[in-house]
Amino acid sequence: MATLAAADVTPDAAQLLRWALSDAFVITRRNLLVWLRVPAYIVFTIVQPVIFVLLFRYVFGGAIRVATPGGYVSYLMPGIIGQTAAFACFATAIALAVEAQAGVIDRLRSLPMARSAVLLGRLMADGVRMLITILVILAVGYAVGFRFQNGVLPAIGMVVLAEAFGVTICCVACFIGLVIKDQEAVQAFGLIWLFPLTFVSSAFVPIQSMPDWMQAFANNQPITLVINAMRALALGNQPGAPPLNPNLWEAIVWLAGILIVFGPLAVRAYRRVS
Amino acid sequence: MNERAAAAISVQQLHKSFGKVHALRGIDFTVPRGTVMGVLGPNGAGKTTAVRVLTTLLLPDSGTASIEGHDVVREAAAVRRLIGLAGQATAIQIELTGRENLEIMGRLRHLSWSDVRTRGQELLDRFDLLEAADRPAKTYSGGMQRRLDLAASLLGDPAVLFLDEPTTGLDPHGRLQMWSIIRELAQHGTTILLTTQYLDEADELANTIIVIERGQVIAQGTSDELKDRVGGDVLEFTVVDKSRVDDAVRAVAGLSDTDAIVDAETGRVALRVGHRGSQALVQAVRALDTVHTETAGLALRRPSLDDVFLAVTGHAAEADGEQPPSRGRGRRRM
Ligand SMILES: Nc1ncnc2c1ncn2[C@@H]1O[C@H](COP(=O)(O)OP(=O)(O)OP(=O)(O)O)[C@@H](O)[C@H]1O
Ligand SMILES: [Mg+2]
Repeated sequence: MATLAAADVTPDAAQLLRWALSDAFVITRRNLLVWLRVPAYIVFTIVQPVIFVLLFRYVFGGAIRVATPGGYVSYLMPGIIGQTAAFACFATAIALAVEAQAGVIDRLRSLPMARSAVLLGRLMADGVRMLITILVILAVGYAVGFRFQNGVLPAIGMVVLAEAFGVTICCVACFIGLVIKDQEAVQAFGLIWLFPLTFVSSAFVPIQSMPDWMQAFANNQPITLVINAMRALALGNQPGAPPLNPNLWEAIVWLAGILIVFGPLAVRAYRRVS
Repeated sequence: MNERAAAAISVQQLHKSFGKVHALRGIDFTVPRGTVMGVLGPNGAGKTTAVRVLTTLLLPDSGTASIEGHDVVREAAAVRRLIGLAGQATAIQIELTGRENLEIMGRLRHLSWSDVRTRGQELLDRFDLLEAADRPAKTYSGGMQRRLDLAASLLGDPAVLFLDEPTTGLDPHGRLQMWSIIRELAQHGTTILLTTQYLDEADELANTIIVIERGQVIAQGTSDELKDRVGGDVLEFTVVDKSRVDDAVRAVAGLSDTDAIVDAETGRVALRVGHRGSQALVQAVRALDTVHTETAGLALRRPSLDDVFLAVTGHAAEADGEQPPSRGRGRRRM
C-alpha cells in the first residue's frame, strides 16, 4: 500500500519549510475566502471604523482642542487607525475560539500539516483584512480633510507600524481565543482590556486633559507610544507633532516584548486545544 | 507475519484523566490491518478520548498506542500521514463550498493541485455531492455535511480511518447511506475504527467489537462471540394491558433462570430462555394463557448487543445522564 510507505519517509528540512509556507498560505486563503463570503463580516470590519472617523471628526472633534498642525483631523487619523488595528483582534480571537470549540482545530491538528500554519495563516489573513480597513479609513480621512504632511515613505512607515502593532495585538488575541474558547466570553473579555487601553491613550484626546494619576498610565502604555510614533511619521517634525524619537523605538521594544511573551503562549495554547 | 506486525492499531494500558475524571482507565486492544473495529459505549464512556489519543490530539497519561507500528506520541508526524479522522462534530467550513472544503483539506495533506481536483471530483461524485459541490456547505442537510466531512478525511487515502460516531444525528436514510459508504471503504482494505452508541451499528459494520464503559473495556469479541455470552435466545413479547405486566412476568418466570427485563413504559418483556428453540415459545404461550393476559409480538430472537450489554454490566446501555434519554432510546432494540 503506497500510503503505508509514505509514513516512513522522513521529509528533509527544506521540504518541511516548503510545506510550512504552503500550509500557512492555504489557511490564509481559506480565512480570507470565509471573510469574503459573509457580507456581514465585510460590512462590520469596514463600516465600523468609518463610523468612528465621522463620529470623532464631526461630533467630538469640535470640542477637543489640539495643537497639532492640520487640526483635530490630523490628530485623529493616526489614533483611529491604531485603534482599528487593535480592534481587529476581536475577529481573530472569536474566529479561533469558534474553531477550537467546533473541533475544526482538532481536525487540522490531525493532518500532516505544519503546526505553525493555523496561527500564521490566521495572522496573515487578519493582516490583509486590517490593511484593507486601514486603506478605506485613510480614503475617508482624506475626504474629511486629513493629509499626510511628511512625504510618501514615512506615510508608508506609519501604515507598516500600524500593521505591526495590529498583528502583535492579534497574537495576544490568538492566545486569549484559544484559552477561553467561547465566543461571547472572548468578546466580553476583549472589551475589558482593549477599551481602557485604547481610550486611556493619546488615540482620541490629548493626555494632558486627563487627571494626573491617569496621565501616568496613559503616557507610558504601548498604545500611546505606537500612536505617537504614527503621528510623528504622518506629520513630520513640526511644532505640535510628537517627536519620532524616542516614541518609535519605545514602541518597537514594546511590540517585540509582547510578541516574545504571547507568541509562544499562543503556540502552546494551540497545541493544547482540547 | 506475527500479530503485532499485522496490527494497524495497537493499544496497551492506555490511561487518561481530566482532573478527577478518569476518561480512560487502562484500555487494551489491537485492530488487525484491513478490518473494522467497533468501539461501543454509552455517553461519557471514553470513546472520543480514545480516538483523540490515537489521532495524536491528546497525550495519554500512561500506556502506549501505535498506528501501523508508529507510536502516537513519539512519531506523531508519521502517524498523521497515515490516518484520517472524521470527528463527532463536523469540521467543515460552512461558508465555503463543498469543493473548496475538499481542496483545502487536500492541499493541507500536500497533494498537488491537480491531484486535489481529480480526487475531490471523485469523492464528490462517490458521496453523492456533485450537484451541491459549488454551493456553500451551510446550505447542506446534516447528512450531506457528514458525507462532506467524511470525504474530506479521505483525501490522501489514509490507511487507517477513525470515525467518531459517524451516524449520530442522521435520519434513517442518511444512516443507511453512511453505512454503505463505510462498508465500501472497508472492502477496499482501509482499516477503520468507528465509535458508536448504537448496538445495531456496531453489529452491522464491525468485524470485532469492544464494549467500553467508564473508561474500561468490559467485553470484546466478534458480534457472534458477544452474543454467545448472553447464552441462547431471547423470548420477547409486549403485554397489551400494561397493568397486567407483573402477572405476565410471573407466569413466564419459570422459563428462565434469570430475571425478565421489563420496560414498564411500553409493556415489553424480554427473557433469556437458553437453547430450547421453539419449545420455549410453546411453553410461553401456554403460561401466558393460564393468566389470561393478551400479548402482542411474541417471538424468539437471537440476542442483540443490547442483551450483551445487559449480560455484561447488569444494566442497559443507557447514557450516563448527560443527555435526555430520548436520543438513545428510539434506536434500542430491546
Ligand atoms: N477536555 C476535557 N476536559 C475535561 N473532561 C473531559 C474532556 N474530554 C472528555 N472529558 C470527560 O471524559 C469522559 C469521557 O468523555 P468522552 O468524550 O471520551 O466520552 P464519549 O464516550 O466520547 O461520550 P459521547 O458518547 O458523549 O461522545 C467524560 O466524563 C467527559 O466529561
Ligand atoms: Mg464522544
